[in-house]
Amino acid sequence: MSYVKGLKCRECGRLYPKDPLYVCEYCFGPLEVDYDYEKIRKKLTRDAIESRPTNLWRYRELLPIDSEPTDGLQSGFTPLIRAKNLEKVLKVKELYIKDDSTNHPTLSFKDRVVAVALSKAKEFGFDTVACASTGNLANSVSAQAAIANLKRYIFIPADLELGKVVATLIYNPTLVAVEGNYDQVNRLCSEIATKYKWAFVNINIRPYYAEGSKTYGHEIAEQLGWKVPKHIVVPCASGSLISKIHKGLKEFEKLELIKKVDTKIYAAQAAGCNPIVTAIKEKAEIIKPVKPNTIAKSLAIGNPADGIYAAATVGGSGGWAEDVSDDEIVEAIKLLSSTEGIFTETAGGVTLGVTKKLIEQGKIPRDESIVVCITGNGLKTQEAVYEKIGKPIKIKPNITAFEEHVMK
Amino acid sequence: MSVTVRVPAPLQKLTQNQAEVKANGRTVRELIDNLSENFPGIKERICDETGKVRKFINIYVNEEDVRFLQMDETGLKDGDEVSIIPAIAGGRDVGNCPERSRGAIAGGEK
Repeated sequence: MSYVKGLKCRECGRLYPKDPLYVCEYCFGPLEVDYDYEKIRKKLTRDAIESRPTNLWRYRELLPIDSEPTDGLQSGFTPLIRAKNLEKVLKVKELYIKDDSTNHPTLSFKDRVVAVALSKAKEFGFDTVACASTGNLANSVSAQAAIANLKRYIFIPADLELGKVVATLIYNPTLVAVEGNYDQVNRLCSEIATKYKWAFVNINIRPYYAEGSKTYGHEIAEQLGWKVPKHIVVPCASGSLISKIHKGLKEFEKLELIKKVDTKIYAAQAAGCNPIVTAIKEKAEIIKPVKPNTIAKSLAIGNPADGIYAAATVGGSGGWAEDVSDDEIVEAIKLLSSTEGIFTETAGGVTLGVTKKLIEQGKIPRDESIVVCITGNGLKTQEAVYEKIGKPIKIKPNITAFEEHVMK
Repeated sequence: MSVTVRVPAPLQKLTQNQAEVKANGRTVRELIDNLSENFPGIKERICDETGKVRKFINIYVNEEDVRFLQMDETGLKDGDEVSIIPAIAGGRDVGNCPERSRGAIAGGEK
């Protein structure tokens, strides 16, 4: 059963068929999935959703596939955690962590988008999938394509963290480490996509792939008891996730599953790669690209494809944006671990660091509900914190040594 | 002087299906004007109504994004290579859509 009418240019509104297309050939704007919301309204009720398995496909009518989902059947529906300890430290009343660092199978929000992309790629008849990645996407495409028995080509910047390289290679893909930054990897992949008939999940499958991120927003609303928080802080790389989370909430509003969405959305970036934050602060109409230099490698996209939509989402919601230094990122990773027991990667450090800053600046009031989007797992970026968390106390195996060195 | 211009797939209908064409101009802006003399209609596709390069088009001079240079005032010299690339693709070269993506307006205009 399909609820998708076709693709539509986000800029000029021209319509295109349901094909592996991604750019409007007239104005070059990105294409987006065009749904039949009237048809969806008849099917997708709170009761229907609540009766389904706890994975991202419980919102299936709002995802762009025509046949039954085949991938990511354990992905999504990650915990939304009331962060009581962190509330005390940050002196706020109501704070939640949406924790995709536990997502299945590869511990990041990318498992959502890849679930959708692979289901769609199979509908299109592709036998090979590929991606340009800063790490988490590489892990997820590699793992989920292994499950799906698809051939897989993964392209990453050569300087990626060891944890992300290992967590890709283990699934036996062809892994290509490109000497350059992500923006250069992406440019190369665009050329490869011309020559080879592969499903590049974040290039020619992008309009479908990106829709998977909406489920992060859907889940926040459902898990809060069918209501929205006042504030959501989201990490930005390409800028796709932030606008899709907001779109997910607006879809629920349109379907009358929740009341009016008055959530303010905030963009979080590292100071060493902050083109979206800069555009928001300067109220600029274009995104000025930067050359990234930050430990938050998963967010190191200097030329963000969806940057203007990210800025528009933040501006339209009445939110704001902020960036944090590498030191602040590490401090925030440690803060989240020591208060809530969640070990997040550098991107999560960016998001919590920015949340703290926005609260201290008074941009986010202390007495309203806040959701912090934690999108990846710290075990993948251990080198970012390894030198900054102390060392184990090494002792001989006897009680004297224990008392002398530990209990002294 | 002569500059090589790489044309993206959606614009190749205007360049008699050529992926690479030659053009002249001391700046990127002049180059686009010169292109338009030889290939009528191409400027309207690259630029919006106010004459500015569209938001979703990136222009590279010798592989460097003009946004790191002087935008459309970026100077050009003989032998330079200019690429016109859809922004969403982030690509350097022409025709970065797979076969099925080309010339694919089917749902009509709206």
